[in-house]
Amino acid sequence: MFQEKSLTIRMPLVGGGDQKVYRWLALLAAFRAWLFLAILLVVFELWAECVYHRTFLFTAFNIQSIAVFTVTPLLLGLGQTLVVISGGIDLSVGFTMGLSAVVMAHTVNATSASVGPAGSLVLGILAGIAVAFVPGIINGLLISKLRIPPFIGTLGMYGVARGAAYLLARGTTVPVANGPLNFIGNGVIGPLPMVVLIAFVIVAIMHYLLSCSRFGQHTYAIGGNVQAALRAGIDVPRNTLVLYVLSAITAACAGILYTARFTAGAPQAGEPILLDSIAAIVIGGASLFGGSGTIVGTVIGSLIIAVIQYGLVFVNVEPFWQFIAVGVVIIISVLVDQLQKRARK
Amino acid sequence: MNNSNKDPLLDLEHISKRFGGLQALKDVSLTLYPGEVLALAGDNGAGKSTLIKTISGVHKPDTGTIKYCGQVLHLETPHQARNAGIETIYQDLAIADNLDVGGNVFLGRETVKRVFGLPFVDRRRMRQEAVETLKDLDIHIQQPESPLRSLSGGQRQSVAIGRAIHWKARVLIMDEPTAALGVPEQRKVMEIIEKLKKNGVGVIFISHNLIDIFQVSDRILVLRRGEKVGERLISQTNHDEVVRLMVGG
Repeated sequence: MFQEKSLTIRMPLVGGGDQKVYRWLALLAAFRAWLFLAILLVVFELWAECVYHRTFLFTAFNIQSIAVFTVTPLLLGLGQTLVVISGGIDLSVGFTMGLSAVVMAHTVNATSASVGPAGSLVLGILAGIAVAFVPGIINGLLISKLRIPPFIGTLGMYGVARGAAYLLARGTTVPVANGPLNFIGNGVIGPLPMVVLIAFVIVAIMHYLLSCSRFGQHTYAIGGNVQAALRAGIDVPRNTLVLYVLSAITAACAGILYTARFTAGAPQAGEPILLDSIAAIVIGGASLFGGSGTIVGTVIGSLIIAVIQYGLVFVNVEPFWQFIAVGVVIIISVLVDQLQKRARK
Repeated sequence: MNNSNKDPLLDLEHISKRFGGLQALKDVSLTLYPGEVLALAGDNGAGKSTLIKTISGVHKPDTGTIKYCGQVLHLETPHQARNAGIETIYQDLAIADNLDVGGNVFLGRETVKRVFGLPFVDRRRMRQEAVETLKDLDIHIQQPESPLRSLSGGQRQSVAIGRAIHWKARVLIMDEPTAALGVPEQRKVMEIIEKLKKNGVGVIFISHNLIDIFQVSDRILVLRRGEKVGERLISQTNHDEVVRLMVGG
């Protein structure tokens, strides 16, 4: 028979190597988004002080403006963050946002005579969110049931939602005149713009879903190892469907707030910020291979992009430099992550 | 080991399975007792995989019955097998390495606590319970809060075993558990198997490595071309005989 073995073999966590360097790199990678944000704020502050003798950061107006700037790409990227963590991508959000904006504007205009401004606003918001379920559910079914790669499925839906939004808007923007809508878009409560307040509530809900609920835990598991998730009895197709619907809903929220801010529903509202929103997610620490990322990271990533865009305008640099700056930040951000992973091996 | 006074955990009677023109299993019977390690040996294509997939609910046998703890079991899905207490450990399939040890042991069955009526995943409790279970198996995770990607292959496998045990698996099927592991880790897996035996778990152990088989098993069942060609107590056989049975010399 077997002899008792008294020794317990302990395996080292990381095979020797330079523990200290690794730990620093890991720390740097974990907080790289915060670090970028801090560096950017310092750079712009110094630049504004030295060249124009004005403060960049210490005025309420600038902070409010940056916060408002942040809202749209952030909302566009909130549901997308969960999609990316699960290992997918949703390219259709830009035009889902436009579609919701246009549908909302039409609904408000068509109903304001019969139900009054407040009633028509409620109906408009509901219609804007409801219409987003169509691309969301179709994306989800294509990807979870029919096994179409997310990139292709949502690229198709990008075209469909784009065409639908332009058709509904007859190729132009749809102006809305509505008092409460204007308050949502441009009003303030104390020092806080309404859009920022609303975005904050949506961020809190999404953070709960991702970081505190079982649904969020399963989303991480699917992104980490889909086979393990399946074998653990997680309903992966259903979870995937919900993810793409959530992504469409937060895109609809972005469209609704956009319409409120500019008192017009524009089919192309989300087009220029789609890639910004994905960039914000990546800068915030998510991997496009799935398995990692946080809502807080996406908030920081969106703030970084907004600071770059607003800051460069503030210090009077030609706006085209924004693209270059955002591009460089994306590359550096992913590079730091790669270095850290390589150090681990 | 004398098992005659115990009731079998698992009793497969006359299992046959055909895939089209291929007779994958032909009238195979197998018995597994609590606290016993049964090795399955055979060349590639001998039917080992089909046999364990029949036990774990992946394949339905064409004929024959599976009895588990004395009762006939009709398995439609792997999920049913797992819920009944029959767990299969595959090498890399079972672990989400971006989650911590608690997240993995409780994967799909997370514990929640209510805060103002809202359910929150209770990571701390999951981690504590997972670490406790693993400690019982003599597996020590040094940084339980970090994701499993920083663990070695053997440790990940230990977590997968720990999960099965935590959820009261009584039959554990291990498919090549020591392949792709370093020597110290192989020894650790062997230690865990012996620990499982003492806890009364029945283990079905598939390996190409006869040294491992002879070290840890009580009985060995040899398959060739879907048929059972021999069953021996480990104490009454040797490498030569097993190899002869496998290749049909």
